[in-house]
Amino acid sequence: MEIINALKNTDETQILEINFGPQHPSTHGVFRMTIQLEGEKICGLKPVFGYLHRNHEQIAENLPYAAIMPYTDRLDYVNALANNFGYALTIEKLAGLEVPERAEYIRVIMAELARVVNHITVIGFMLNDLGAFFTPLLYAFRERERILDLFEEITGSRLMNNFFRFGGVKRDLTNANLAAIQKIVSKFPAFLKEFEALLTKNEILCMRCQNIGVLSGDTATNAGITGPVLRASGVNYDIRKVDHYSIYDRFDFKIPLGEKGDVYDRFYVRVLEIRESLKILEQALAKIPAGEIINKKSLPLLKMPRNFKPPVGEAYGRVESPKGELGFYVVSDGTPQPWRYHVRAPSLINLTVLEEMCLGQKIADAIIILGSIDIVLGETDR
Amino acid sequence: MSPLAIEEVKKNLEARLPDVKLRLVGDSLLIENPEDLPRVALFLKENPKFLFDYLSSATGADYLTFLESVYHLYSMAQKQGPVVLRVRVTKNNPRIPSLAPVYRSAELQEREAFDTFGIIYEGHPDLRRLFMWEEFQGHPLRKDYEQEDAEVLEAADIAWLEARGIKIPDEMKEKAKTLQAAGQRAITRKPEKPRN
Repeated sequence: MEIINALKNTDETQILEINFGPQHPSTHGVFRMTIQLEGEKICGLKPVFGYLHRNHEQIAENLPYAAIMPYTDRLDYVNALANNFGYALTIEKLAGLEVPERAEYIRVIMAELARVVNHITVIGFMLNDLGAFFTPLLYAFRERERILDLFEEITGSRLMNNFFRFGGVKRDLTNANLAAIQKIVSKFPAFLKEFEALLTKNEILCMRCQNIGVLSGDTATNAGITGPVLRASGVNYDIRKVDHYSIYDRFDFKIPLGEKGDVYDRFYVRVLEIRESLKILEQALAKIPAGEIINKKSLPLLKMPRNFKPPVGEAYGRVESPKGELGFYVVSDGTPQPWRYHVRAPSLINLTVLEEMCLGQKIADAIIILGSIDIVLGETDR
Repeated sequence: MSPLAIEEVKKNLEARLPDVKLRLVGDSLLIENPEDLPRVALFLKENPKFLFDYLSSATGADYLTFLESVYHLYSMAQKQGPVVLRVRVTKNNPRIPSLAPVYRSAELQEREAFDTFGIIYEGHPDLRRLFMWEEFQGHPLRKDYEQEDAEVLEAADIAWLEARGIKIPDEMKEKAKTLQAAGQRAITRKPEKPRN
């Protein structure tokens, strides 16, 4: 009785340290956080990495350049095409290869479809984390599956596409493929409308997401946060607009920006980005020219990958992957394998501010904050 | 950034920080003395002409005789870049001041470079291994790193396993004995040529 009375007179509570993950469904893989809790409030959080580490960089340094392409699929396995894009772009920069017009269009079409797939998956899983158990996710997966069927038809694989080649792409899009893409693109807005009618102004969603995990623009810039998470904080920075890599300067699209930088903004920026991607797809499908799909100079490379020796030098190529800035840093010493190969993984660097976003929030909120950052452990741990 | 622009960056840096030794390597700036790195980065970040407020990539590289740390800086405010900074250190004393106080994005990336190359970033708030576990020996991306053979057990491994009641086949024990007698470790042999 005395103990209970003593406890009643003091506000102090015991700090509880829990291990969240690595085997937990809402960490989206094998990610672990050690969380310090005061009641239900988070007062400390340390992410622990490395459960899916396979030293991707060392594997790549022992392989010929062309053989690394399928390994890049395994980085961010939700949208392998964006990883292919980044790696192909870097090697083309290193070796000075030009890409034919039609191949550029095919690349943009595939990359934007991958962005739609990624964003729709993330939104679905985020709602799953919120407790909207699987219904929105299955709505999202129904649409995702249509695009993945198309990927299977075009690239031969649903997820591990391995579609890009240095100086072009692996296979041409037939007219039937283009018609199928057009059909998906024209049907997608109706699905988005339905999805939004169910979710965007839903009171529970708003209450759970607004003013949770707020990230200011200055902190985000300084911490190297990129992608939708950065833009939700109101910083206008999209590499498609800044670098104009590939042919992104030819399309008319906007950069959706958030105001507060909370979980809700991150959710809604992604919805808007899908709309912009659809705009790019419409324009690309209308304008796609006929012609070559791969640079003639790189054709022998397809047959004999070990003969491909880029000149001595280095290149840093980056693309706007759906998760943020995906960068590849490759150093060539004139041999068939790279001397140094480094991946700048957005999933890893976007976690820099995880602790700051979670401090003072409830433990249930930490899960949706992590869900709204959108990580894939294949890329985080490499 | 084009070669011309990097020369302008160099000129501005030399005018403001005359005691910093800089050298152009390709399109990048090599800072001769690692101690100067935070000053150079802070100048590039805060000078209104450049405003390189975003550290995109920070990583290491092993060039056999020395280790290198490479930084790619961009400007989100001015939409320009990159400026590439390099710092070189010897393998015996790989100490570089950390950029984490200037750019928080260096936090995890420097931990990764510490893990894989063993570059010690001084002043980093939490310099631990990022991917490997704490007891791990060696730095796997260094060119002289020797990988353990996962299928061959060493004498120490067998002692550890047997202490926990796990039975080991005799041939494995014999192999470990011969290795120990020869004073060798179980190292995988590197392929002469990479796979095709």
